[in-house]
Parts: sequence; structure tokens; C-alpha cells
Amino acid sequence: MTLLNALLALGTLALIFGALLGYAAIRFKVESDPLVEQIDDILPQTQCGQCGYPGCRPYAEAIANGDDINKCPPGGEATIKKLAELLGVEPKPLNAAQEVAIKRVAFIREDECIGCTKCIQACPVDAIVGASKQMHTVIADECTGCDLCVEPCPVDCIDMIPVADSVERWKWDLQAIPVKMVE
Amino acid sequence: MSFKIASSPHHHNQRTTSSLMQWVALAALPGIAVQAVFFGYGVLVQLLLAICTAWLCEALILRLRQKAVLPRLLDHSALVTAVLLAIAIPPYAPWWLIVIGTAFAIVMVKQLYGGLGNNLFNPAMAAYVMLLISFPVQMTQWLPSVSLQPVALSPLDAFCMVFTEYSCSGFSLSQLQQGIDGSTQATPLDSLRQDLAAGMTLAESLQRPVFYSFAGAGWLWVNLAYLLGGLLLIQQKVISWRIPAAVLAGLAVPSLLFWLGSAGASPSPLFHLFSGATMLAAFFIATDPVSASTTDKGRLWYGALIGLLVYLIRSYGGYPDAFAFAVLLANMSVPLIDYYTRPRTYGHKAKRDLK
Amino acid sequence: MPTLFQQIQAGTLWDFHGGIHPPVRKSQTSSKPVAQLPLPDRLYLPLRQHIGVAGRLIVAVGQRVLKGEALTSADNSMAVPVHAPTSGVIHSISQHTSAHPSALPEPVIVLVPDGKDEWRERRPLNIATSSRHQILERIQDSGIAGMGGAGFPTHLKAGMQQPVDYLIINAVECEPYISADDALMQEAPTTIVKGIDILCQLLNPKAVLIGIEADKPIAIAALKAACSQREHYYVREVPVKYPSGGEKQLIQLLTNKEVPAGRRPADIGIVMQNVGTAFAIAQAVLDDQPLISRIVTVTGETLRQPQNVLALLGTPVSSLLDFCGFQSEAQQKVIMGGPMMGFTLPDLAVPIVKTTNCILAPTRDELPDNGPELDCIRCGQCADACPATLLPQQLLWYSKARDPAKLQEYNLFDCIECGACAYVCPSEIPLVQYYRVAKAEIREQQREALKAEQAKARFEARNARLEQEKQQRLARNQQLAAARQQTQPNQNQTVAEALARVKAQQAEKAALQATDSAKDHQQILAERELKKQQAREYQAQKQATAAASAADSTLASTSDSSVDSKAAAVAAAIARAKARQADAASSPTVEQTTAAEPTTQDTADPRKAAVAAALARAKARQAGQTNSTMAEPSAIAAEPEQQDPRKAAIAAALARAKAKQSVTATVETTVTEPVAADAAAMPEDPRKAAIAAALARAKAKQSAAPAQETAIVEPAAADIAVTTAQQSLAPDTGIQPDTAGNDDPRKAAVAAALARAKARKAQQSTEHQTTEQQLSEQRDSEESKTE
Repeated sequence: MTLLNALLALGTLALIFGALLGYAAIRFKVESDPLVEQIDDILPQTQCGQCGYPGCRPYAEAIANGDDINKCPPGGEATIKKLAELLGVEPKPLNAAQEVAIKRVAFIREDECIGCTKCIQACPVDAIVGASKQMHTVIADECTGCDLCVEPCPVDCIDMIPVADSVERWKWDLQAIPVKMVE
Repeated sequence: MSFKIASSPHHHNQRTTSSLMQWVALAALPGIAVQAVFFGYGVLVQLLLAICTAWLCEALILRLRQKAVLPRLLDHSALVTAVLLAIAIPPYAPWWLIVIGTAFAIVMVKQLYGGLGNNLFNPAMAAYVMLLISFPVQMTQWLPSVSLQPVALSPLDAFCMVFTEYSCSGFSLSQLQQGIDGSTQATPLDSLRQDLAAGMTLAESLQRPVFYSFAGAGWLWVNLAYLLGGLLLIQQKVISWRIPAAVLAGLAVPSLLFWLGSAGASPSPLFHLFSGATMLAAFFIATDPVSASTTDKGRLWYGALIGLLVYLIRSYGGYPDAFAFAVLLANMSVPLIDYYTRPRTYGHKAKRDLK
Repeated sequence: MPTLFQQIQAGTLWDFHGGIHPPVRKSQTSSKPVAQLPLPDRLYLPLRQHIGVAGRLIVAVGQRVLKGEALTSADNSMAVPVHAPTSGVIHSISQHTSAHPSALPEPVIVLVPDGKDEWRERRPLNIATSSRHQILERIQDSGIAGMGGAGFPTHLKAGMQQPVDYLIINAVECEPYISADDALMQEAPTTIVKGIDILCQLLNPKAVLIGIEADKPIAIAALKAACSQREHYYVREVPVKYPSGGEKQLIQLLTNKEVPAGRRPADIGIVMQNVGTAFAIAQAVLDDQPLISRIVTVTGETLRQPQNVLALLGTPVSSLLDFCGFQSEAQQKVIMGGPMMGFTLPDLAVPIVKTTNCILAPTRDELPDNGPELDCIRCGQCADACPATLLPQQLLWYSKARDPAKLQEYNLFDCIECGACAYVCPSEIPLVQYYRVAKAEIREQQREALKAEQAKARFEARNARLEQEKQQRLARNQQLAAARQQTQPNQNQTVAEALARVKAQQAEKAALQATDSAKDHQQILAERELKKQQAREYQAQKQATAAASAADSTLASTSDSSVDSKAAAVAAAIARAKARQADAASSPTVEQTTAAEPTTQDTADPRKAAVAAALARAKARQAGQTNSTMAEPSAIAAEPEQQDPRKAAIAAALARAKAKQSVTATVETTVTEPVAADAAAMPEDPRKAAIAAALARAKAKQSAAPAQETAIVEPAAADIAVTTAQQSLAPDTGIQPDTAGNDDPRKAAVAAALARAKARKAQQSTEHQTTEQQLSEQRDSEESKTE
């Protein structure tokens, strides 16, 4: 009889808690993006392909399928950290030896451009305008600085120029202000 | 000639951490003086020992951590920790007790957590609890006030007691603790607790000489002196009024309720407020900026929590006084308190309204 | 319970959280009259002196301008112009240290005053008769932007469409040392009130609240007197507390309202203007005097005569300091703005701009440098002082941890950077600096995130477009395939037949000529080789066509050409040219001209013909050389390189060089010569010359591999390079009529497909396995397929 009581009590408890948990699971369900979306949101979207995948989305899919998280040079350490946090893995140092460079954008030396459209085809974000045999130019605001247009240029007229410091984007680095010496 | 680049503001009120800590130490002076008068000069010896140990440990650890020693030594935070611990322990405790305690406070509780500003717990109180648990006998050997002591102790005696555990005339601490009637005399809080446990009524217990009038011989004056120092700190805006007020309220309100509810069985609120370490803790210990809550509302909660815990432990716990435990427990809840008592930022709706 | 309006009318003041009481130190300057600064040698006028965008420059270097003449014009609402503060000549337009904490160089107009101070024509407005729009336009054209510090364009605030309950005139001037507004109120209270009248006309508020700190009794009396005739103007003395002059704090003080986070005061029916702005509006509207000067407090203990001066905008700070008897000490701090929110200058050439209210040159004893930064002891004094009720100690913690999410949770962006927290911090932590850096970083991150989002959208749009094009091509190809099956006997086959006919003819001729010419053993071998090559080419072409009809290939355009007669002609021309390549090999001299002729006739466009001819010539020459010199391997090796025009150029040059080397005296040289001549004739066009140059550059880029060969290449190589360039461009030009409606990538795709076809051809050449029989079999099968 005691045994039966104990079993009954335990069973009832199990039922109650099970129902509670089940209710909570439905009631407080957290809607979350699929993993690939979350990873893709973290990646810098330069579409540079330096990870070995044709764009950020494919790399996000690869990461979701277990690829390394340290293949994104434009994202740098910050991206790796965020990915590690999201996926619950150890952050790894950046794969490529290259350090995160200063932000750059492509610039076409327009008098040297022969209008071959090769860079236009290479640009993953359609940030180069121009037509065949017409001079091309880069929309600096849309350029992600991925470097992909530099190599295809047959006449080497594309430079990667560091983005100039502006008053709006100044980072309050007081140490960097050049102090004029007087007398 | 070149121009100096600096970030705004270019103006400062010239009140530094160092001066804040100096104020705290200064404000403790009246209390220390009263304590020395009523409970013997041992406290001065303990202070000396504690301060020297604190400075030494602080300098050593800063050296090891490869930080600039002097500016951090001169912020006087180690000094304050040492003073608080030295005041808190029995005046004639053996010298190694305060040395171990201070070293523990500075090295383990403060520096190993990252130095000033990063410690989770109040160093003095953490060390006090450590000593109390490790050396319960030495930590509870309070002599009764001077007037009740069988033998008068000179300053030299104090030195001898602390370093050799015997006075110059050869009395041991336990001998000195014995009253004229031969029974061991404890602190008023302890006596009351024992008496109540032994079935005596409050009125009967309070008849004992150790209570003097109502809060205990000497203890009233010591508490009054610390209250004075604390009010000075508030007046100087070194500490906010919120924490002491909340601590005292947290202690007074439940004791008042119980006193009114069961007159004769519970001591009065005034007894609670002016005995033991109440004022010292409320104004000097609970207000330690590092380990206390930093929001206005949070400070009230924090203080009230300490007061309540003190009342509970005094009344129902295993220790006669409880500030060290109460403060440590409250320290632990500070992050939580801080998180839930964030003030409403200008232009933002209150959190309730958001939801 | 009185309403809020009644309370405000009754003079109730509220309080804001926190605040500090630093020593004010205004008496040195506030009681002295405003001094007129002598004309400086040069004025440096930044194109942008406000929040927003710079106007368009409308003056040129060397131009003489009159006082008050606009130097830039506002071409949108966020722009306000700058004006010449005095008459003079524009010396230059250059980069100059900006009046900004960063001291980054910014474009300025450098004006050399001529000392005549000659005004332009002035047209004061009659406010009674002029429209709201006219007044607003005048305010904008006079270059007025908020003079309290932020520099927000005034016409935008004054032109607000929302209903306005309260117009608050900020005359608090709570920051220590500064007394510029105080001086202005003492000197020109009536003009200020006239300016307020104009603002009232524009905004029509219920009440005007003028907030002045209680320590300015003369100014308060002056303004009260000036406002006495206006019953809904209330002068309110606010208690001395920093930062009561902050926009949000003053609103709270005077109306007990809070501006919701991320919103503007206008959203709660309040517009605030600085007292200096009101003065400037009156001057602009009533006197037509644009904003060309302002009162600046020049103070600090390093000055012998600290005082308020009326300075022209663009005056370098050094002029002001010198005027007031500046004696600098070592490591001197010169602060633009007040001691709480001002910034230090690295250079005294920085000009006075519209928002400059103070130049402070303190001694070190007066404003000591901060001591070493110690650890935060979480004393909470900063939180007690914060006027925005933030928790500065938490913000510091998260700033150091670079945790943007937490920083925003703790409302970092509600920090007004007033400096009260750093003022009281016992550990002397430069809190505001930490917040500024953190804010700049978060803003940058947000910009980056936005950019990444845009990049992603663009990338996806591009992929979608490419995919769509592919699908469209596929669909069209299928359509065409269906159509072809029906119409093949008529249309499609004509091309194929014509092709076949030409081929057959040529083969015949070749055979004839082969028998006619000397039966040298070597020549026979060469012929065989050539026939093989011809067959291979044909096959390659077939394959290319087949590949095009297959879905994956991008050669669609070429196969489309079967519909389009023009394009078909081009395709045919290409085919012919290739065939001719073989012909030319066997009888270079004769076939050259004959083969070229039909091409010219077929293609309607002379230009296309030229291209085709050039292509043919180049190929012919290549083949010719192959024939004569037996330098087959090299020619074949050169084939795959034709994928790339650059490489093709080198290959051609290389082949030619080799040919020259080996058979200088043979007949082939005569063939090469006219070709070279032809080719040389082509780059008459400067554009072509540019291409030639570019190609030459490209060749230089590629020169690493065939270094030896390049050494042999003669100057004539450039000519060939042109020919090859034409060759590579030929597909483009040829297919243009067909794909005119499409964009570049499409054309490029065709070019790529052609290149691929060539590559395949080359691959087959290297295999050397295919026999004629096999070829003919394949040909048969191909034909049966097309049937």
C-alpha cells in the first residue's frame, strides 16, 4: 500500500510538472532566427570570398555545417568573437596571417580605365558603374573594400585607398592630434 | 612651446579618493577615542598593527601586480580597511590575529579581485568573518568596559597583552575577563542572549552590571561617538545618507515591532541601535562605496537588508552580533539590487510603462 | 490643482536631477564693455560652421567681395551659407585646422581684408508686410545657426510646422567663465526682444520663457525692462547650477516636461533658441546684416585684460588672445568653449566660428591638469551629479569592456557630455572621454552594420538578377530550339549550308593549290596538320554551338544569332575567318585578299568588317607562320592563351617574332608586311591608341613568364597588339546589335563563351589524336543533329 502511495504521488507529481513544462514551452517559446540567418547577420557582408566561399551567405551556411569560424579577414577578431559566442565554441585566431587592415575602398584612376567591364563583373555588390568602352567608376559608399576588382583589371588602374578620417567619424583619439610647436 | 591637449571637462572639484578616505578615517577618530577610554588602549595597538600590515601588504601586492605603488597607497583605502578591522576585533586579541586578518583583507579580498574598486566584498568584514570562523575564542574575548575590569590596564599593559597574551603584571586575558563575582563577563549583546536563553526575563537580564543603563556600559558612548562621526561624513557628502538611514531603519523597525509585541522578551529598538557595532557598521562599514549598491533606490534596499539581517541574526542566529555576516550577504546581492534599481533616465519612460 | 500653464505663468520653477556647482569666475569679464577687435590680417572662414552640410561655393580665388556678401549658397535645407565678414579679396580656398576637437583640416575660404569694410547693398525686411516664407528665407540666407553651441540651422527650428506651446529663450549661460550672452543682454536687450518678436511671429507660441541664471542681475533687469510691453514674455531666474543651460535641463526647469529620448523638444511643443540667435535673427531681418560676427568671451588668468570682444567670424584665436594680452606658460591649455565642455586647441590659427562663445587660456593653477586616473571606487557621486540620471560608473565599466549592447541598455546615448560626472569623480577618471570614444565606436559599428546590410541586399539583388537572366536565356533557348525544329530547313540551315559551302570551296581550293604547289615533304606534312586543325576548329565551333543550346552555356547569344541575320553574318564571318586561317596557311598570298573580300561584303557595318578583317588577318598570319616555320607546337601552345586577350597579344607577338626570326627571307614575310601595314594604319583613332597603350601596359604586367621572348619582340609588336585587341573586342562589337538591349555582363558572357570555345579547341589540338575520319564522322553526326 505504501509503495502504491509513493508511486501514485510520484506519478502525479511527474504529470503536473510535465504539464507545467509543456505549457511553459509553448507559452514562453522564443522565436529565433535559423542559425544560418544569425551567422549571416554577424558576417560583415563584404562578399569578398576570402573565406573560400562565394559570398557571406554560403560561408554562413558552411559555418552552420561545421566549418571553421576564423576564415573571415574583413570581419576580424570581433566577428570571430561574436561567432564563437553564438555557436558556443572557442574563438580561434584569424586563419589568414593578415591583420585586419584599415578600411579601404576601391578607386579607379579614370584616365587610365579602358572600359573593359572586368571589374564590373567582379564586383559582388554592383558598386562599379560603367559600360563597355566607357570609363568606369566606383560608388565609394557602396564599396565594401573586398579587393575583388583589383586583380581582374588588365591595366592596373584600380587602387585601394584608405577611407579618409572625417570630423563625423572621428574617434576622439586625442593623442593623435598633431600639436603645433610655436617659437 | 606647445599646447596641451586634454579632454573636457578641464575643471575638477579637487576632491579625490584620497581625501574621501581620509575623511572616513578622521570621522572614526572620536569613536576610536571613546573606545580606547572605555575598553582600554588595546585598540590603539591593534590600529598600529593593522595599518602597518595593510600598507605593507598593499605595497607588496601592487609591486607584484606591477602597478604604480605610491598613488594607490596614497588613496588611503588600505588605511580605512585596516582601521575598520582594528576597531572591530577585541582590543586585547593577540597580535597575530589582526595581522592575519588585515593581510587577508588586503591580499585575498581586495587585491586578488583586482584591487580597489573591483572587490565584491567589504575587505574588513570578509576578514572579520574569516577570523571569527577560524579563531572563535580569540575573536569573542571582549573585556568589559574599564569600570568593570578587575584590574586597570595601562598602555604598556595593552602592548604586553597583545604581544604576549599576558599583561605586565602577569594576568591572562581570561583572568581579566572574569568579573568580580568570578563569572566570565561577555559583551552586553552576548550576555543578553545567554540570559534570555537561560530563561531570564529581559528586565532581570538588564539588571546585570554589564548593561550599565540599557545598552551596555561604554557601548552607548562608543555608538554615540560613531554616530557623530557618521553625521560628519554625511555633512561632508562623503557618504550618502541613504545607506545608514536604511540600515538603522531596517534594524529599528523589526525590533520595535517585536518589542511592542512581546514586551519583556525582546530588547527595545534603542538597545539594538546603541549596542554592539550598530553605528560603526551603519555609517562606516555598510557605506564602503566599492561593495555597496550605487543607485539611490538600491542603497535603501541594501541598507534595509543589512539592518533586517542583523536583527534576525542577533535574535535568532548563532552569533551575538551580526554586522559582518549581514554586510557580506548584502554585498552578494548588490549586483542584483543594482540591476533592478536602475534610475529612470531622463526622457525615458519608467520600465513598468514600457511593458 | 493649477494647470501646468498656470503654474508656469505663476513663475513656478522645477528642478532637474544632479548638477554641480563649480566656481563661476564670470566677474572678470561680465562687467566690462564689449571691445571691438581690430581687423585681422586674414580671415579663415570654414565652409561649414554648423550642424548640417556646407553650402555651395560661389566665389573664386582672387575675387573681391563686399562685407556681408555670401561666399557659399545654401542649396538645401540643411545648409546655411557663410558670408564675408568684411570687404576684401579671396586669397585662397584651402585646408585649415578646424574649430573642432579633432582639429582635422577642413576647407576654408581665406579672405584678406582690404580695410575699407565696404558693405554690400542691404535690404531690411519689414516684418509686418513680409511673409513667413520670406522671413525664414532671410534667416537661412543670413547663415544663422544656433549660437549656443550645437549650431543647428535656425530656419529649420523657426520654421517648425508643429504647434508650439512654449518658446524658450536660453540665456542661462551656465558654464563657468563664459559671459558672452550676459554681455549681449546688457548691451542689446531691445534687439534681442525684437528677435524674439520675429520668432513669435513665426512660431506663434502660447508663452515665451526666457531663462537666465540668477547671478546675472544686470542682464535680468535689462531684459525685464525690454520685455515689459509684452505680456506673454516671462523672464525666469533659474538657480545657479551647472548644467541648467542644457536644452533638456532648462526645459525641465521651466516647464517640468521631459523631452522623450531620441526626440526633439518640438515633439512636446517646445522650441528653444539661444539668446544670441535671437539677436542674430533681429539683425538679419531688420538690418539685413548676416551672421558675420559674434561676441566671444576671452578669459583666463594668462590674459592681462580678460574681456568680451566682438570678433568677426574667421578671426584666428591668436588675434583674440593677443588683443587681450596673452602671456602663455609652458604646456599652455587654450580652450575653445568653456571649462566643462570646451576643447583644447592644438594650434592658435583656428578661426572663430558661429558656435564659438569663449576662448579660455587658464594658468595651470587656475585649472589644474587632472591627476593620474585611479580605479573607480563606485562611490556613485557621478550618478548623483548626472543631470540625465544615468549611472556613469556602470557606463564606464561597460565602456572599458567595449560592450555596446550594455552601453545602450544603460542609455549611453542620453549622455549630454556635460562633464558633471568627471568633475566630481574622486578617482579623476575622464569619464566623458570614455563615453565619447564609446559613442563614436558604436556609431561606427552601426554605420558598418547598415553598410553590411546594404551590401548584402545588393549582393543578393545581383545574384537574383544573374539568376533571372540565366533563366530567361534558358527559356528563350528552349523557345528557339522549338522554333528551330520547325523552321530549320528554311532559316537555320541556310547559315549552316552557306558555311558548309564556303568550307567546301575553300577545301577544294586548298586541295587544288596543294597539288599545284611544290610537293615538298615538309609541306605535305604541314598540309595534313592544317587540315586537322581546320577540322578541329570546325568541330570546336560546332561544339560551341551545341554547348550554347545546352542550358548551362552562356554562349546563347551566338546561337541566337541564327535568328538575327546581322548577328548571323558576324558569326559566319568569324567562322569564315577561321576557315581562312587554314587557307591562308596553304596559299597565303592569293587567299589573303580573296578571303577577306567576302567578309567585307557580308558584314554591312564597315567597322565590323574592319574588325573581322583584322581578326582574319591575325589568324591568317598565325597560321601562315605555323605553316612556313613548322613552329606548330608554339602556335598551338599559344592557342589556349587566347582565352585572355592580354595573353593573346603576347602569343601573337611571340609567334610573329619567331616567324621573323626563322624565315625572314621567305614569301611569308611579304604577307606579314602588308598585314602589319594594315594594322599600323588602324590605330589612327586616339582611342585605339589608348587601348594599344593599355595593352602594352598589360603586356608589361604579364612579362614575367615569357621574359626571353619578349626581349625578341620588336616595336612592330605594338601594331599586332592592336590587331589582337581588335580581335578580342570583335565579339563585343559584332554582337552589339543583337544585345543592344542587354547590359554589359551579357556581352562579357559571350566573350567568355568564345574564349571557352577557343580553349576547348586548343585542348583538342594538344591531344593530336583526332583523325580526319573521326572528324568527318562527328561532322556527320553534328549535321544530323542539327537536322
